[in-house]
Amino acid sequence: MADVKLSGVHKYYGNVHAVRGVDLTITDGEFAVLVGPSGCGKSTLLRTIAGLEDPDSGAIAIGGAVVNDLRPRERNIAMVFQNYALYPYLTVNENIAFGLRARKTPEIEIRKRVSEAAEMLGIGNLLQRYPRQLSGGQRQRVAIGRAIVRKADLFLFDEPLSNLDAQLRDEMRAEIKRLHHEITTTMIYVTHDQIEAMTLADRIVLLRDGKIEQQGAPLELFEQPRTGFVAGFLGSPSINLIPATLKTDGPVAAVVFQSGGELKLPSAKAMSLAGAQGREILVGIRPQHFSRAGGGPLRNGVVSYSAVADLIQPTGTRTFTTIKIGGVDAVAELQAHDVRSHGERIDLAIDLNRVVLIDPVSGVVIA
Amino acid sequence: MRVSKLPARKARILALRYLGAGVVTLLFLFPVYWLFMISFKTPDEIYHVPPLWIPGQIQFSNYYVLFKDGDVLAILNSLIVASVSSGIAIVLGTLCAYSLARFGTGGENLAMWIISQRMIPPIAVVFPIFLIYVYFGLVDSYFGLILLYTAFNLPYVIWMMRGYIVDVPLELEESALVDGLNRWEVIWKVVFPMVRPGLMATSVFTFAFAWNDFLFALVLTRTEVITFPVMLTHYFGGQSNFWAKIAAMSVLGTLPIFVAVSVMQRYLVRGISLGAVKG
Ligand SMILES: Nc1ncnc2c1ncn2[C@@H]1O[C@H](COP(=O)(O)OP(=O)(O)O)[C@@H](O)[C@H]1O
Ligand SMILES: [Mg+2]
Repeated sequence: MADVKLSGVHKYYGNVHAVRGVDLTITDGEFAVLVGPSGCGKSTLLRTIAGLEDPDSGAIAIGGAVVNDLRPRERNIAMVFQNYALYPYLTVNENIAFGLRARKTPEIEIRKRVSEAAEMLGIGNLLQRYPRQLSGGQRQRVAIGRAIVRKADLFLFDEPLSNLDAQLRDEMRAEIKRLHHEITTTMIYVTHDQIEAMTLADRIVLLRDGKIEQQGAPLELFEQPRTGFVAGFLGSPSINLIPATLKTDGPVAAVVFQSGGELKLPSAKAMSLAGAQGREILVGIRPQHFSRAGGGPLRNGVVSYSAVADLIQPTGTRTFTTIKIGGVDAVAELQAHDVRSHGERIDLAIDLNRVVLIDPVSGVVIA
Repeated sequence: MRVSKLPARKARILALRYLGAGVVTLLFLFPVYWLFMISFKTPDEIYHVPPLWIPGQIQFSNYYVLFKDGDVLAILNSLIVASVSSGIAIVLGTLCAYSLARFGTGGENLAMWIISQRMIPPIAVVFPIFLIYVYFGLVDSYFGLILLYTAFNLPYVIWMMRGYIVDVPLELEESALVDGLNRWEVIWKVVFPMVRPGLMATSVFTFAFAWNDFLFALVLTRTEVITFPVMLTHYFGGQSNFWAKIAAMSVLGTLPIFVAVSVMQRYLVRGISLGAVKG
């Protein structure tokens, strides 16, 4: 069991500045997910924690001790790799026992731990097989088994599910989450998949270009993004960003679209916008905040909007409908039967209580 | 397997193929066959006109002579020199290759430079080497020959093994490092099992190189460590050739390579084709 503390970590690969000053504290027993687009430095950061890369500056502490000068094997961590990293010439049993043998664990103890882990992961019947005789999901389980028998202080995962097909990925995701409940070791998990991040994390650390863009609980990041990047990265389908101009008049504020039309903002939002008259902004509205207008009185902060349905993508439970708003395409997530045909005019309600207003130049959320 | 009735045309093509393969095999095996037969013949039978396809009786006197006169020591010399030198070249070369492949030692070009050493025509360097060997008293010694064959085989081993090692997924090594192995253990427990077919194939070739070398052995040996190919030349006389000895010695000299290749066959095919894909 251990906490992890990074301070001022930088990493260069030649001219590429892969990690640019990361300060991060992960508490004991936490499930932290490093997420961000491909190439943002997630793997580099994880490998730096593992000791597979040396940082160019900054300190890494595990369990309160600075480990910069320790080799990977001296850090007592276990790591699961994207391609499973199973030894093809060893059986499943030998693969799982590999780390224990390397540490000269007594054979009796090895046998006990391997069968415990195999039990936990449901691979007890595969122990005598070779990796090539396993399916992708089984290989993934073996790789996880190899990590958990180690009883390490810290678990690192680098995109462990990205090679699995969609259904298996959902299954394994749930299994990893359950695993964390059972063994409660600190885990750091890297993924580029925002759904994985949202579903697994106690805390999401969103990276962008080698820096932490924002970190916090999944719903905190989702509901209170600090930048347009965070708002756009989390959520599926992603948030609609519509260019507009602010119109403020005392306690009342509205966004005016360049193509005409305006939406009145709820008073809570309007309060923080005093004096921003005429400011250019991007209006961020999540697809989930659209609904079919019921005809009754609208709740506070909800406005009505009439649009023509363009693309209609039913998913079974919800139907993603593309409409025009402020001159740009936006996706509204409606109930399955809310919209029937292309070209149909629909009356929508937009919940603006959770709208995000973004400065188009700096990308910072202003309200 | 179920024997299905082939269409006549396909059957004819298949038959032709087997015929072709049979002819080629016969053609290639004939000299080997002839060599074996001569080694079992008496002098009369060797010079018999018309040539005899099969000796009257299998007799080993030609071999007996080689053992009695101590000629077979040349085979032993070759065995020692070839196995020790390729053993050393394999160990050192694989470690060098690991360093080139994983730590980028020497940058982009060192590997290329190393293999270019192998392009030098041996005849161009044999006399300078001879002079150096005379100076250091290395002529006609095991050490001298082993040193030379090791030096000549190293570039080849480094080049081949670098290719095989580059193909080992880095994750396997990193996983082992995290799991508690040090670098040497990683090489022994992860890299070695992964490159074993390539290593086997490479060692057959290094062994064969030292085994077959004639030029250096001729120039650098006198009486003490005469190797098998040099010994063989002693049987070609100005007046007459000792065909019986030549044949028997050649058979003995072919055996180690034959054994090596048959034992390693499984690895050879995989090793060579591995290299062929990535190279
Ligand atoms: N070994 C390396 N040599 C050079 N550049 C690298 C190396 N590894 C990663 N990079 C670069 O560092 C940046 C971050 O890479 P990485 O941490 O792998 O990103 P991620 O895992 O978030 O996709 C990328 O621009 C990548 O090209
Ligand atoms: Mg990565």
